[in-house]
Amino acid sequence: MKHLLGIEQLSREEIEAILERAESFAEVGRRDIKKVPTLRGRTIVTLFYESSTRTSSSFELAAKRLSADLVSVKAAGSSVDKGESLKDTVATLSAYDPAAIVIRHPHAGAAQMVADWSGVATVNAGDGKHEHPSQALLDLFTLRRRLETLEGKRIWIVGDVLHSRVARSNLIAFRAMGAEVTVCGPPTLIPRGIEALGCEVSHSLEGLGEADVVYALRLQRERMEESFIPSIREYTSHFQIDSRRLGPRQLLMHPGPVNRGVELSGEAIDSPQSLIAEQVASGLVVRMAILYELLAVGGERPEPAAGETTGAPTPIGQPA
Amino acid sequence: MRPGAGADLILRGAAVLDPVAGIDARHDVVVRGGRIAELAAPGSADEEGAEVVEADGLHAFPAFFDPHVHLRVPGHEHKEDVETGTRAAAAGGYCGVLAMANTEPPVSTPADVEALREAAREGASVPTGFLATVTRGMAGEELTEMAELRAAGAVGFSDDGLPVRSARILRRALQYQRLCGGTIALHEEDPDLSGAGVVHEGPVSAALGLAGIPAVSESTMIARDAALAGYEGARIHVQHLSAAESVEAVRAAKAAGVRISAEASPHHLCLTDEAVRGLDPVRFKMNPPLRAEADRRALLDGLRDGTIDCIATDHAPHAAEEKEAPFEAAAMGVTGLETAFAALHTDLVMPGTLELALVVGKLSAGAEPFDLERPSLAPGSEANVALCDLGATWTVGEEGYESRSHNSWCAGRELTGRVLVTLAGGQVAFRLRSFSLGVAQ
Repeated sequence: MKHLLGIEQLSREEIEAILERAESFAEVGRRDIKKVPTLRGRTIVTLFYESSTRTSSSFELAAKRLSADLVSVKAAGSSVDKGESLKDTVATLSAYDPAAIVIRHPHAGAAQMVADWSGVATVNAGDGKHEHPSQALLDLFTLRRRLETLEGKRIWIVGDVLHSRVARSNLIAFRAMGAEVTVCGPPTLIPRGIEALGCEVSHSLEGLGEADVVYALRLQRERMEESFIPSIREYTSHFQIDSRRLGPRQLLMHPGPVNRGVELSGEAIDSPQSLIAEQVASGLVVRMAILYELLAVGGERPEPAAGETTGAPTPIGQPA
Repeated sequence: MRPGAGADLILRGAAVLDPVAGIDARHDVVVRGGRIAELAAPGSADEEGAEVVEADGLHAFPAFFDPHVHLRVPGHEHKEDVETGTRAAAAGGYCGVLAMANTEPPVSTPADVEALREAAREGASVPTGFLATVTRGMAGEELTEMAELRAAGAVGFSDDGLPVRSARILRRALQYQRLCGGTIALHEEDPDLSGAGVVHEGPVSAALGLAGIPAVSESTMIARDAALAGYEGARIHVQHLSAAESVEAVRAAKAAGVRISAEASPHHLCLTDEAVRGLDPVRFKMNPPLRAEADRRALLDGLRDGTIDCIATDHAPHAAEEKEAPFEAAAMGVTGLETAFAALHTDLVMPGTLELALVVGKLSAGAEPFDLERPSLAPGSEANVALCDLGATWTVGEEGYESRSHNSWCAGRELTGRVLVTLAGGQVAFRLRSFSLGVAQ
């Protein structure tokens, strides 16, 4: 794996390798000294063109836990504000000879372009409404700790699928791990043609009882002004996950930040079925695993798709 | 195009194909004084005073006519200008082009039209016509001085790049056409429905998380405008059809007797939105967007049954920096003049999807919607000839482009079929460097 651009490009084996690696970092996280020397002397650039709390802070902390030098660039206040093109910004940052670039950008395909332009290992931390692969991986990691396997499990993704990169990455990731996925929301917020990704579509929570996992998405209040929904009140009456709709054996997830009282009721968020806090904790170890797989393992591992067998993969020990 | 002496030239033994004139046989094409003097038996033409081209194994077609190109002058000369754009046209086998008016500022006054016509007289490689905008500054609010623009030489009218959003304004323009003539060419898109869309709405937009442009944003406007044109008895031309629903709307309008014609672009005939999955905006972002396979098939059917009158490239050059951006942020449009014939030949004629004669006929048909003379190989016609080698393969962009911009939707592709010589307006407008004409006897 040279880059992490989308779940779509990952094989199940690659996904599982990252999840296994994350388990070993979870063990490190229980020690007093949580830092490992793996990436000492290497530079990681994070380049965020959109505001983010969870994703940017967990990637930054992951880089630090791996002992990398970190350069964090936010679009606001940087040369991006002064009209510099993405290509020029990437060229500038490439001059620091980074080992990896982690990018979030409001447009689909931006991470792919950064990878093509720079040749540096690139991590997509969210590109437009396209993909958010590290979120999907941390969600898989979180779920795997609760469920033996996702094989045959039913997962409902509920809410504003149209505007959600998380929905797309998770749909692909859940399917890759053998789960059956239903996307559910008002017809205005379900993209036309989404069934082609191999999911069921529902416009009602009536069948939610079949779900093993309910994955709720954030509903931005602006959607009302754009006439996607008539009112927040009507939306919540049809699509809010509350304690009445959530069964005791169902698991509840959400990528955050939650609009408490809109897509989720307060009781649902705080219920024992809710994995929301665990998702945040998983974010750090999974992002450490992503950086580790790209930078400490990456080059040595033959591409499974290419089918090449030249040179045995160099065995790499578990992080010390 | 600068006035000059007409060519004296013999295409010796070419396979001559002009479906409209009913010609499909080997001939010596004899050009004297810039006109087709004779189609003589192969090897029989008198060579005296003429350049001779050994055209055995080559095809001579009526040169092509593109009613939809963007030459980008005034204001966007960093993308293209009259000289580079018409050189690209000549290299693609075109003997005439019509330039759109969505420049900076838009072509809205008689002085604008006169300046462009002067620039074309000075620097164009092929005869070039100019459309003026329907509305002043393309703002969609007031009509341009259509009669004066026509008097200044505007071939027709279009706000291309944008639809005429207001039905009231379009109706006024259609009424006013009775006074001044001039076909009104329409970019059909309901901006309320297309919104911020960048690709066809369907499984590909859903998978990529890109805002979709629904097919109905095009077809509903065509239906509206066809109804208005029918009501006013006006003459309209629908630009760059992309969707099956649009073909159906034009077909219905024609059946109802509306004076409507339509064009389709090579990229819509050859590609679908599957090409967008790689998120390359340089080659695959344009408006209207590449659509689904069913749409592409409907366009092909429309060409076959005459619903679609002509093929137009919508040649839309952009500078590298305007295209080197993430898909959603990059400029819309691709260049097409230099590759239209070769791409259609490679993708549609060679696999047997379309007849060669149909493609040649539709590439030459773009003059008719604007009441201009159609290129013909019939003896007596002005010499407008595309001499092509259907067996030649070439890689697009490998030797650079005549266009100032490089955003060809065929960039990097190997195509089969190449234009060797173009005669436009009776003169040699293009000859491929590696293909030399014979010496005058």
